[in-house]
Amino acid sequence: MVSEHDVEHIAELADIGISREELAEFTGQFNGILDYFDILDQVEAAGAGEQDLANIFREDEVEPSLTQEEVLANARETEDGFFRAPRVM
Amino acid sequence: MLSVTFSPEDRFHAFITTLPRAEPEPGRLSGIPVAVKDNISTRGIPTTCGSRILEGYIPPYDAHVVSLLKREGAAIIGKTNMDEFGMGTTTENSGFGPTLNPADPSRVPGGSSGGSAAAVASGMVPLALGTDTGGSIRCPAAFCGITGLKPTYGRVSRYGLIAYANSLEQIGPMARTVREVSLLMEILTAYDPRDSTTINFPYRHTPDPEIRGTRIGVPEEYFGEGVDPRVASVVWDGITLLERRGAEVVTCRMPSMAYALAAYYVTCTSEASSNLARFDGVRYGPPADTRPPWHEAFQERRREGFGAEVRRRIMLGTFALSSGYYGKYYARAQAARQQVRDDFVRLFRTVDVIAGPTMPTVAFRLGEKTDPLSMYLSDILTVPANLAGVPAISVPCGRSEGLPVGLQIMGQWFRDEKVIDVACAFEQGVSA
Repeated sequence: MVSEHDVEHIAELADIGISREELAEFTGQFNGILDYFDILDQVEAAGAGEQDLANIFREDEVEPSLTQEEVLANARETEDGFFRAPRVM
Repeated sequence: MLSVTFSPEDRFHAFITTLPRAEPEPGRLSGIPVAVKDNISTRGIPTTCGSRILEGYIPPYDAHVVSLLKREGAAIIGKTNMDEFGMGTTTENSGFGPTLNPADPSRVPGGSSGGSAAAVASGMVPLALGTDTGGSIRCPAAFCGITGLKPTYGRVSRYGLIAYANSLEQIGPMARTVREVSLLMEILTAYDPRDSTTINFPYRHTPDPEIRGTRIGVPEEYFGEGVDPRVASVVWDGITLLERRGAEVVTCRMPSMAYALAAYYVTCTSEASSNLARFDGVRYGPPADTRPPWHEAFQERRREGFGAEVRRRIMLGTFALSSGYYGKYYARAQAARQQVRDDFVRLFRTVDVIAGPTMPTVAFRLGEKTDPLSMYLSDILTVPANLAGVPAISVPCGRSEGLPVGLQIMGQWFRDEKVIDVACAFEQGVSA
């Protein structure tokens, strides 16, 4: 079971933004879904992901790419060739 | 030239963006109208993923599959509606309103490639591209009465597909007939080194409807609890038709089906929580307010820009990957995913393809599915192919309650050709 407090914390971690009114609804839905996920408790977790895979490498060569103008074209706020983002502190 | 609203002729709201003009170029698809799902990047044409958070975004490059369509002279006439970022089974989760099912406009077209299916089913285009993460090509194909193929994972480049769940999704062809799906598949599988999960194994194939001696496995689980008996009956009739054409039908078991849906939803939401972190209003889409602090600005932008289902899945995935829960959810989901693969490996030792219904029911009424979990449960028959990475097609297989039913045929890894052949045999049998 997760509480409204847990869901609020998850929303914070995910930077998703959640209103007081939404909390109760999301929490109820989460608990229904997580109850269903409990069936996975019956699966033995050992051995997962142990597969015979090999990486495919390539030379790191410069190839044609987008121009700086193209890369910045969809940003509403740019400055001196940079994206402008909200302040960190 | 561009219209970003639904045009009045688009009776089923199949499109988010339509392009009224295209100059015919030479090629195998010269002048043929093709619709492209709106999560596939098209240079100079708005691409929204059905989300308000990408409203106004104009990709500066083409997806590999779009370059291939253009090289063959296709007329890309629009971008089709979809559940936001592919998250849904009805196309009702679009930020631009739902698509209607041309077979019955009071019903959903299925999802998430509902716009592409409706565009084909209504005759607006002969060919369309969809994407399939957990059934998003096959479900709308079944609900709208058309054909749609999810290729083997790694056969079609995802370069330029805006990612939702990378380890599961594939771009694939949708059309009315198997031959058209096969033709489009030939074009889509040209190798692309820019997607490191693809291999150089182009599909070059003429559908062969001769299936004498083909062994078809029918898992009991595909006709079990939750599957509408009327749908099951229509699909059994279809499988019997294949038997009459010389195939050998054997029943089998897929015990991993008990875990497949939970494994799928843990995996796709986990991948989504990471993939969708990039939508913050800084590089594209409606801008974030740059005055408040970072987290506050992003939370506000994402609360406004994402719909409820997308926010639900991002939070579920964040939870499944969070410290203290990773072992309980994500790690076990991957173990269950391995069991699904193991089931397919075991079955394919004795059968060539596996058949069953595509969807457990016919198309839902608009507004019928309000509870998220009940919507998730309807994906139970399509997610195994994505978890394992095997090819799977849905072909029209008659009707139940007057609505289309899809027959699903799953094949071995990189034997998309065999899936096409069995589907072709079925289609010929129906029209014979």
